[in-house]
Amino acid sequence: MHPIVRTLLQRVSLSVATLLAVSVIIFLMIEALPGNFASAILGQSATPERVAAFERQIGLDRPPVERYVVWLGNLLQGDFGNSLASAGSPVGHERTVMSLVGPRLKNTMFLAGLVAVVAVPISLALGLLAALYRNGIFDRLVNLTTLTSISVPEFFIAYILMLFFAVRLPWFHSLATVNTDTELLERVARCTLPALTLVLVIVAHMMRMTRASIINLLASPYVETARLKGLSPARVIVHHALPNAWAPIVNVIAVNLAYLVVGVVVVEVVFVYPGVGQLMVDSVSARDIPVVQACALVFAIAYIGLNLIADLVAIITNPRLLRPR
Amino acid sequence: MTTGTKEIPTPTVRRGLLATAWRELKRAPISAWFGLAVVFAYVFVGVFAPWVAPYGEAEIVGAQYQAWGGQHVFGTDQLGRDMLSRLVFGARNTIGIAFLTTALSFLIGGIIGMIAAIVGGWLDQVLARLVDVLMAIPQLVFALVLLSIFGTSVVNLILIIAVLDSTRVFRLARAVAMNVVVLDFVEAAKLQGENILWIATREVLPNILPPMVAEFGLRFCFVFLTISALSFLGLGIQPPTADWGSMVRENATLISYGDITPLLPAGAIALLTVGVNFVVDWFLHKTSGLKDGH
Repeated sequence: MHPIVRTLLQRVSLSVATLLAVSVIIFLMIEALPGNFASAILGQSATPERVAAFERQIGLDRPPVERYVVWLGNLLQGDFGNSLASAGSPVGHERTVMSLVGPRLKNTMFLAGLVAVVAVPISLALGLLAALYRNGIFDRLVNLTTLTSISVPEFFIAYILMLFFAVRLPWFHSLATVNTDTELLERVARCTLPALTLVLVIVAHMMRMTRASIINLLASPYVETARLKGLSPARVIVHHALPNAWAPIVNVIAVNLAYLVVGVVVVEVVFVYPGVGQLMVDSVSARDIPVVQACALVFAIAYIGLNLIADLVAIITNPRLLRPR
Repeated sequence: MTTGTKEIPTPTVRRGLLATAWRELKRAPISAWFGLAVVFAYVFVGVFAPWVAPYGEAEIVGAQYQAWGGQHVFGTDQLGRDMLSRLVFGARNTIGIAFLTTALSFLIGGIIGMIAAIVGGWLDQVLARLVDVLMAIPQLVFALVLLSIFGTSVVNLILIIAVLDSTRVFRLARAVAMNVVVLDFVEAAKLQGENILWIATREVLPNILPPMVAEFGLRFCFVFLTISALSFLGLGIQPPTADWGSMVRENATLISYGDITPLLPAGAIALLTVGVNFVVDWFLHKTSGLKDGH
């Protein structure tokens, strides 16, 4: 087997193993619940019969290992079980977790995609410029601005944008309410402010990391040699530096998109955007554990998947791994 | 680090820590000065909150949402409590809780990280893999999951965030301690039969202190932002405790009337994290000699 295929397979199986371990942790949540799970959900006044019926319904009367296998099997078929918020209602009126999470996942992915499309080119360009003109006025200004914007809370940026661009100047919608019928353009218009908030945060992170990795690259001996040979700066960058820069650049993008996964929670709540983040926060307040589990799993998959992609690209584009000695 | 070093004069340290610190400070950039000033101001306000604040923390002193000026400099909040006083007490609560959490996380992560590096072998491998798995779940999401199980209270909040954040501290402590434990003096201490906690605190810790101090600043900011975010989401510090994250949430409706009051607590959070970051940035630049390439 080509060594690179082996490395790739190793990396993929590591991610699968991590994901399984994460699913065990998420599953164990119910086990760790202090006191009786059923009475915690149904309230102290629930009759013993009702508690027993409820436990049977969600399978709490069977041993944990068996339940984990069944739970995982259902997950793989896209069945996350029923939302507990509807647990008390008669059979047939329960809402499946999938029906809650599914449409919201689409919304969140739409928002994240919108942010990525805008933020990635901007931050790569800015990072490159800051690295090329490092220690100059432009670089220092950018450094100070980005250091400031990565250290302020997302809701601060969000409310400032809302105050100035939705209330004082009524240019955009202050609340990003969308539903399945919303047209694409209307959807983009309503998502402007949440997207802009996330773009500001992400660009700052991504730009700093791009700058650092480009500077790191430009300091390497072969770039020095190319420069001493008298090649033009453009040629040095495009032909000598860039082929080795793909891995760090993709890594920067993936790490920041993974960061987006978390940033989206707060921003969705600020702008009342119907996404997974808001659903998760609501479910935590309501202690609707199956929904919380599903949301956590969705976020973990996105996070692990993005990191996996970054590593795979790094392996594929690494010349030393491609042509082993 | 053992008894032998006492006879050997080390001129740079012997000049006096204060003198050295002052010499460095004089050359520090404006951003570092600004950061230090902000941090000291916050600590002062937090410590002396009851004397600084004009009213009590949860005292209802006026009508709801009173405008700025008059008796209440920043007006009143949704229950008619004085905004300025809430902000002042918020400094004490929010910073205090975040500091406690960060300290706890360093205690857990730092000690376990150093022990993993010193002992090595299977213990090290098991701990490292466990931390890898824990870090595969985004921290805020993991915190939400745990809060939904254990319920929202300040004690739970501190414990959950401290444990989750200690994974990051563990990583760093282990990585930097790895370079120290292979040195001769640690070997000597091991041969002397010193116990592991002694080696960790007396031999390893002094040598990994600078990166750990810088990390403390960064982790503090991160913990502070996480707790504020959770409080903002209504899942962190619970009312009637004055806390900046929850204050933003409670007064958020004012934004749609063009009132900037909710931005005050948010701005207070932002200013502190920016200040701490500026100081850490300068400290990192000093201790690591990072000069950006050439």
